[in-house]
Amino acid sequence: MRIAVASGKGGTGKTLMAVNLSLALAASGRDVTYADCDVEEPNGHLFLEPELARSETIGIPVPEVDREKCTACGECGRICRFSAIVAMDGPPLTFPELCKGCGGCALVCEEKAISDGFREVGIVETGMVPPVNGSEGSIRFIHGRLRIGEAQSPPLIQGIKTRIPANGITVFDSPPGTSCPVIETVRDSDLVLLVTEPTPFGLNDLRLAVEMARVLDLRTYVILNRSNHGNNEVRRFCEDEGLEIIFELPEDRRIAEACAKGGLVSRLDSRYGALFSRLAGRILELAP
Amino acid sequence: MKEMTVISGKGGTGKTSLVASFAALGEGMVLADCDVDAANLHLVVEPRVKKSRPFVGGEKARIDSDLCVACGACFDFCRFGAVSMDGPPNSIAMEAFEIDPLACEGCGVCSRFCEAGAVVMEEAHGGAWFVSETRHGPLVHARLAAGAGNSGKLVSLIRQEAREIAARRDLDLVLVDGSPGIGCPVIASITGSRLVLVVTEPGLSGFHDLQRVAELARHFRIPVAVAINKFDLSREQEKEMEAWCTSQGIPVAGKIPFGTEFTEAMIAGKSVVEHSEGPVSAAVRNLWSEIEKLLRNQQVE
Repeated sequence: MRIAVASGKGGTGKTLMAVNLSLALAASGRDVTYADCDVEEPNGHLFLEPELARSETIGIPVPEVDREKCTACGECGRICRFSAIVAMDGPPLTFPELCKGCGGCALVCEEKAISDGFREVGIVETGMVPPVNGSEGSIRFIHGRLRIGEAQSPPLIQGIKTRIPANGITVFDSPPGTSCPVIETVRDSDLVLLVTEPTPFGLNDLRLAVEMARVLDLRTYVILNRSNHGNNEVRRFCEDEGLEIIFELPEDRRIAEACAKGGLVSRLDSRYGALFSRLAGRILELAP
Repeated sequence: MKEMTVISGKGGTGKTSLVASFAALGEGMVLADCDVDAANLHLVVEPRVKKSRPFVGGEKARIDSDLCVACGACFDFCRFGAVSMDGPPNSIAMEAFEIDPLACEGCGVCSRFCEAGAVVMEEAHGGAWFVSETRHGPLVHARLAAGAGNSGKLVSLIRQEAREIAARRDLDLVLVDGSPGIGCPVIASITGSRLVLVVTEPGLSGFHDLQRVAELARHFRIPVAVAINKFDLSREQEKEMEAWCTSQGIPVAGKIPFGTEFTEAMIAGKSVVEHSEGPVSAAVRNLWSEIEKLLRNQQVE
């Protein structure tokens, strides 16, 4: 089962929800993987403190031109739509940072002068979160870290996804927004939890996220964070759209303070622990 | 003309609330909302849209199922996993191939190698962008279509339009509201900017993300200043953050206390400096005067 925790707006509490939900699912005896796909700014490790066992470099193929073989026919430059290889009078110039790795230039080169080079996109790290307080099972941990200066995160997100075991439950911590990295993260989820806040910004971005989830035809539920501040518009929207608010967490300065220190809300007091256990129960009922 | 971009690394630290306040406090600026996949600035500046244009993000491949001979060349050559055998049957093949537009990068390789001429490249609907007037001056903003890509291209387009408006109207500053993260739209929103203001908050996540985003700005050789929002959430971590900024030669331009003023202003559809006179509002005013100094000093250079 694949559960994606996403949001249009940033900073609504995706990581808080994904981390504490993972712990609650593990506590119910399930086999859980937490996958942090917010590769631009991964934060889950700050809360789960995994023991990382493996680090792999992920990249995409970029053209490498053999100048000896090149006849300067210009075909490579004509097929490239990303200006990553530009044919001039002599051998082509390459701009690997613009390349998407489609391989078109190598395919059209009759002289076989273009081979696959490699541009690092980032790293994928995997490990285990040891059981906390001995009260529950361990959690498999995986995240990606985008190389600073790299623009394209989807290949790294794919790198995470291909390393996730097929069985068990995976909780995907999505990047914010509604564009390519989010689509890459949530597209094959069994259900998506959209985290929002009851504010005008929260509502606006929830609308966008719901629209995206509908384009992808995903089963969608809403999580309302800091639920007792702001106004009532998000609730009204959910009612009108037939969206269930599956979980609410109140505004509580203690939560903000705990999160600042990398603390776990479900451990803050038994009331919050019970809330997350109930959420985990609800999610398991929804399993396909 | 100068350009300042407000980013954060971590989302939800208050970028847009601050940009709206700067717009109210400053004079002679063009606003550019470059958080194109979750734009919010329009919610607090009452834009009257003057110009609206479609955004073409790029092209996507589509297979004409009547022409597909199911040879599989597209499937073999696509490196993005966008081709599947899910197309409807036709007179030639039991199962034609089909392209998933969400996975298609628009590279055109399938189209080039389709001998049946069944793959057509079509312009993808990428959303729309707008030029509006607000009570604080012009605003260029956009809406990326749900599931669309190429957000970096849209960001570049918005900044270009904002710069042109500033030049035309002889306005001094383009103020860019950026998006969270360090990827494509963020890079497109900071390159060539005069100053990057990173809005952060004390805490492990905020600090971690500040370091990455500051490194990104350094990578592109853009000066950075920092604003610490909710600074009193953890005094200990606020100190640690400030010490780090000092060690990096990054000025902390202002600190804003934890409070409900931002949310209240947002609900009223206003910036915090227009809505309240409380401690948050006062801190934001101080922050803006520090930023004005930083921008002025840069002009001297």
